[in-house]
Amino acid sequence: MNAITLNNITKTYNKGTVLAVDDVSLTVEKGEIFGLIGPDGAGKSTIFRLLTTLLLPDKGTATVGGLDVVKDFKAIRGIVGYMPGKFSLYQDLTVEENLDFFATVFKTTIEENYHLIKDIYVQIEPFKDRRAGKLSGGMKQKLALCCALIHKPEVLFLDEPTTGVDVVSRREFWEMLKRLKQQGITIMVSTSYMDEATMCDRIGLILNGKVLSVASPEATIKAYPEQLYGVKANSIYHLLLDLRKYEGTINCYTFGEYLHLSITTNEEQVRKYLQEKGHTDVEFKAIEPTVEDCFIRLLKHEDEQGNSNKDK
Amino acid sequence: MKQLLSFIRKEFIHVWRDPKTLVMLFGFPIVQIVLFGFALTNEIKYANIVVVDNAKDVASQQIINKIEGSKFFSVQKTLMTPSAIDAAFKEGKIKLAVVFPVNFNTDLLHLNKASIQVIADASDPNTATQLSSYITTIVADYQAQLSPTMSAPYSIVPEVRMLYNPDLKGAPNFVPGVMAMVLLLVCVMMTSVSIVREKELGTMEILLVSPVKPLMVIIAKAIPYLVLSIVNLGVILVLSVYALDVPIKGSVLLLVFESTLLILTALALGLFISTITSSQQSAMFASMLGMMLPTMLLSGYLFPIENMPVVLQVISNIVPARWYYVIVKAVMLKGLGFASIWKETLILAGMAVFFTGLSLRNFKIRLE
Repeated sequence: MNAITLNNITKTYNKGTVLAVDDVSLTVEKGEIFGLIGPDGAGKSTIFRLLTTLLLPDKGTATVGGLDVVKDFKAIRGIVGYMPGKFSLYQDLTVEENLDFFATVFKTTIEENYHLIKDIYVQIEPFKDRRAGKLSGGMKQKLALCCALIHKPEVLFLDEPTTGVDVVSRREFWEMLKRLKQQGITIMVSTSYMDEATMCDRIGLILNGKVLSVASPEATIKAYPEQLYGVKANSIYHLLLDLRKYEGTINCYTFGEYLHLSITTNEEQVRKYLQEKGHTDVEFKAIEPTVEDCFIRLLKHEDEQGNSNKDK
Repeated sequence: MKQLLSFIRKEFIHVWRDPKTLVMLFGFPIVQIVLFGFALTNEIKYANIVVVDNAKDVASQQIINKIEGSKFFSVQKTLMTPSAIDAAFKEGKIKLAVVFPVNFNTDLLHLNKASIQVIADASDPNTATQLSSYITTIVADYQAQLSPTMSAPYSIVPEVRMLYNPDLKGAPNFVPGVMAMVLLLVCVMMTSVSIVREKELGTMEILLVSPVKPLMVIIAKAIPYLVLSIVNLGVILVLSVYALDVPIKGSVLLLVFESTLLILTALALGLFISTITSSQQSAMFASMLGMMLPTMLLSGYLFPIENMPVVLQVISNIVPARWYYVIVKAVMLKGLGFASIWKETLILAGMAVFFTGLSLRNFKIRLE
C-alpha cells in the first residue's frame, strides 16, 4: 500500500488567480523518505497542507495512509505528524512542557513513545527547563520533531525542517530521519537545499507548482542526458560570457568555483575555442552532475517551454 | 478529560508568564475602579462662586451661611457690580454667582415672594445645572425652615429626595458601569487575542492536525479566563465596598452569579471575534471598538438610555452591558432579588448561548 498518493491535485489561492499546485500526481511508498525539492514558492508547503488536511484541493484526490484527505480528515489528523515550516511551538512553554502538552493532546504520554524520540530528546534534555523561544535554531527543530513524533505517527510531514539550521545540526537531523525510517515511519520532507536531496530515497523536483520529475536521487542524476564538464580559467567571468556565446553550448552556469557546462560538441573543440578567445590556465574536466544540476536543467527547460508557448 | 486539563494548564502558563497579560488582567480593573471612583467623578466639590449680598439682612445672611456650610461651594463674598461679575465669568474665575436684591427679607416677609438671581457658567452645562440645583435645594431648605412660622398659607415647598444615593455620591453610579466595562473588555479582549495568537504563531496549524476537537479548544480557552475574571470580580467588589464605600445591598451570591453570566457572554463574544479576525492586532481593535464604545455610551451608565434617539435605544438592546448595568444597579444598590431581574438575566443568557453557537459554527477546522 502507498503511504501517500496524489492524483491530479490542483490548488489555487485568491479565488483561482494564484496557481500554487498544478495538476500534481505522485505516490510515496510506505517506509520511504520522500523529498520534495524546490525553491521557495514552488508549492511545497501547499502540498504539505493539502496532505495534512489543512487545505482543500480544488481538483484531484489525495490519500494519506489510505485515507482520503477530504472525507477522512479527522482520521488522518490522528495518524500523521506535522512539522510546519515556521517554528510553531509555544515559545513561552519550556521544552518539557511543550512535549508533554503535545503528548497529551495526542492522547499519549512521553514515556509511552520515549523510544521513538530518545535519540533526539537526549540532545535537548539538558535544556528541558528552558523556554522553547530561547532555544537555538537547531534545538528548536529537534524539539519540533520530538513533538511531531511523540504520538508515533504513521506518516511524518516535515516542511523545510532544516531551513535556518547550521550544517552540523542539519547532518544530525538527517541521521535522525534515517533512524526513524527504520522504525517504519513514512517521511515526506521538503527542502530548498539541493545537497540534502541525496539523503532521500526518492525525490520530486518541484517548480512553479509542477512536479517535474520523481525518481531516486541516483536515477535523477543518471537521467541527466548530456556529459557535464567543470571548467575553470583565470578569468571566470569572461569565461562564462565566452562560453555562453559559444554555439555548441547547451547550458553554462557558475557552480562554486567552476563553471558547469554541457555541450553538443566535444572537449577539444571547446578548448580550441577558448584558446582563440585568449583564456589561460584552462581547466577542463568531465564531472558527475548533482541534483542541483538536474534542477537547473529542468529550470532552463521550463523557461524555454514557457517562452516557446508564449511565441505561439 | 486529561487532554482538556493539560490544555487548560497550558493556557494558565501563557497568562502567568506574560507580564503584559497580567497587567491587563488585574491592573486595568483596579486602575479603572480607582479612576472612576475618585478622580473622574461628576460630583462637584468646592466650586468657586460669588455671592453678592445687596440686602445684608437676616434672611440673606442665613441663606449665605447655609451655602458656605455646604462642601459644594467655596464662597467669595463681595459687592460686585454686574459688569465685574461678567468679567469674572469670562476669566473663568467663578462657576456661579448668587445675587441677593436689596430688601430681600422685607420682600420675603411682606410680599411672601422674593427672588434671588442665580447666574451660572453654562459653557459646562452639567456643572451649571448641578450647581444651580444645589443652590435651589439650599434655598428650598431655608424656605422649609421658615414655613412653620410663615403666615402665607399657599407656599409650595418642593420636596426632593435622592433615592438610593442620598448624598448624590458618584461612586455608586460608576461602580456598576465600571464593573460591566472591565469584565466585558478584559474577557472579550483576552479570549479573542489568545485564540488569534495561536493562529498568528502557527500553533493552530499543529493543533488542527491533531485529534483535538474545536469544542475542546474553545472550552480550554474560556475556562482560564472565566476563573481569572471571577477573581477580578472579587477584587472589584472588595475595592468598591472598602475603598469607595459602595455597599452591596442585595445578595452577594446573586451578584456573583449574574456577573459570571456576563463573563460567559463576554467570553463567547471574544471567541466569536477570534473566529472572524486573523491577527492579534485586529482582534484587539475589534474588541476595543466593539466593546469599549458601546459599553460606555450605550449601556446607560454615562448617558441615560431614555434620552437617546430611538435608533440608539434600539441598538442599545444588543449591548450586553446595558442589561448587566440594570442588574447590578438592582442587586447592588437597590438590594432587589432575582424576581425583579429575571428578564435581564434571560437576555444575557440568550446572548451567551447565541455567541457560543456562532463561534462554534465559525470555528475553522482548516486554514481557509
